[in-house]
Amino acid sequence: MDLIGYGAFFLTTALIFAIISLGLNLQWGLTGLFNVGVAGFVAIGAYTSALMTTPDDPTRLGGFGLPILIGWAGAMAVSGIAAAITGFATLRLRSDYLAITTFGVSVVVQLVALNAQKLTGGAFGVGFIPRPFAGLAETPLLFNLSNLAIVAVVTLLAYLALEHLSRSPWGRVLKALREDERAAISLGKSARFYRVQAFAVGGALMGLAGAVQAHFTGFIAPDNYAPMLTFQVWVMLIVGGSGSNLGAVVGSVLVWAIWAGSGALTATLFPPEQQARAASLQIVAIGVMLCVILLFRPNGLFGNLTYRRRFGLKARKPS
Amino acid sequence: MNLQFVVDGLLTGSMIGLGAIGVTLTYAILRFSNFAHGDFMAWGTYATLAVVGAIGAMVGKVAPIGPFSFGWPLLVALVVGCALTGLLALALDAVLFSRLRARGQSIIVVMASFGASMALRSLLEFVFTSRPTYFSRAIQIAMPVGFGIRITPDQVALLVLTAVLVAATHLLMTRTQTGRSMQAVSQNPALARVVGIDVARVVRATWLLGAALACVAGTMVGILVQIRPLMGFDMLLPMFAAAILGGIGSVPGAVLGGLIIGLAEAAAVQFVGAEWRAAVSFVILMAVLFVRPIGLFGVKER
Repeated sequence: MDLIGYGAFFLTTALIFAIISLGLNLQWGLTGLFNVGVAGFVAIGAYTSALMTTPDDPTRLGGFGLPILIGWAGAMAVSGIAAAITGFATLRLRSDYLAITTFGVSVVVQLVALNAQKLTGGAFGVGFIPRPFAGLAETPLLFNLSNLAIVAVVTLLAYLALEHLSRSPWGRVLKALREDERAAISLGKSARFYRVQAFAVGGALMGLAGAVQAHFTGFIAPDNYAPMLTFQVWVMLIVGGSGSNLGAVVGSVLVWAIWAGSGALTATLFPPEQQARAASLQIVAIGVMLCVILLFRPNGLFGNLTYRRRFGLKARKPS
Repeated sequence: MNLQFVVDGLLTGSMIGLGAIGVTLTYAILRFSNFAHGDFMAWGTYATLAVVGAIGAMVGKVAPIGPFSFGWPLLVALVVGCALTGLLALALDAVLFSRLRARGQSIIVVMASFGASMALRSLLEFVFTSRPTYFSRAIQIAMPVGFGIRITPDQVALLVLTAVLVAATHLLMTRTQTGRSMQAVSQNPALARVVGIDVARVVRATWLLGAALACVAGTMVGILVQIRPLMGFDMLLPMFAAAILGGIGSVPGAVLGGLIIGLAEAAAVQFVGAEWRAAVSFVILMAVLFVRPIGLFGVKER
């Protein structure tokens, strides 16, 4: 019974990662936008929803006690707007500028989470975030399973919506822009406009994932949104294969399994005083894994990104 | 008004500026923003620290030079540290970056540098733990120099060192064959190759120069503040902001950008609050991107 409970807990976390990866896949896999500030957009969503749904707290702004679903919608809206502004500022420039700016966004979001106590509760974070099915908390198994069900439904909806979007005319324009920007522009598509939209929708999904997680754990703190989170999600997407929504979901579950498994392994193998060092070795291993996949299997498990040679156009095969 | 923040700002700015030279050269010549540059900084500092320790084990305790907190071992170690950091950059380029560059998608290289940055930093944490260390725990007496400003001998030495290094780098870039080849590759790699410039050599020179300056900047942080595995990663955003503010590819621009950001950070610490320091570079970065994305000394991209 414990095993099923743990399995449900594990899958819930993995599927929340999957929602973030789906958002990142829309930005990177489909549109080719490099976001190094994933953790920032997730944090914006989590804090927005937490502020809107928690009971009134005199030490900080709000606690408006709104229903959870409204919190989720608010999280998507605010994260999406933040992503749209970021995209608007940088998407007319070289792609590296977006990477640097999103990195800056995640740094600043963490700074605000840590220091704007009136808004975010500071280092102590926000507690008492309402959890769906809180009434079931006495029977952990049922509670975990119902949480898993909710997260699974959200993931499935996000997956279906993205599959539909990527086959729609809108998604085809994004793919065209990724593959050959000049050709797409010559057909009258505004590159910047479409990219900002894709970036905003991806950001909204990340915000939703942050909100879902906040309501699953019931407590959030700035430490949850360190650059580590961005890094994990990137590894998940690259392992699964950029460009494939199925890959994003499978990669998330797989990498989270490796992560949790190796974490449990180091916890049993190393004495408590060496745990921190062992944990950093775990990160080294994942970082090396990311580089090795980029080098030897850039398409991951299910990816369909084509890596065109910019300077090798003349080496076209004779047909 | 207390003008102390000017000295603090110039010092922070020197460290950011020296680091930003490497960022801006990598961006202009290798055409990607290197997220691992901050970790070169941290690795260089720990390498210097390790060499200082090794020298100390061999010759025993060495008295510091004059009024400074360090003796000759640190100077020797700094040179060795720069060489080791250069080797690290070359090794990383050989196994990772050069192969991905050959595929022609610069953003994949950026992603790889992000992964490498995570791995390098965590490796430092594994070897040295995340506890801060110091080159010297001695406390220096700050000398008053008028206008309510106080400055320690170490700070004077490091400001002078920065000025010398920046001037030397500028001369290297404008007066030597290597430097001119680097500028040629940054402006037009295909044409540079046609006129017989050895691009592989230019790439090596870029890595060595950037890594050595990162090592010096990191060691400065180590002398003035403290040594932590995260020290380089925390400097990454200011360095990027300085490189973009100065204009990509411009060495004087990177240094000036670094000084501006350093002064702005110090002013923010004094007038707004120390906890918001890290937001300064982001605000400046956004302002540059909206108002003048090519930076102060930048040239339009072709």
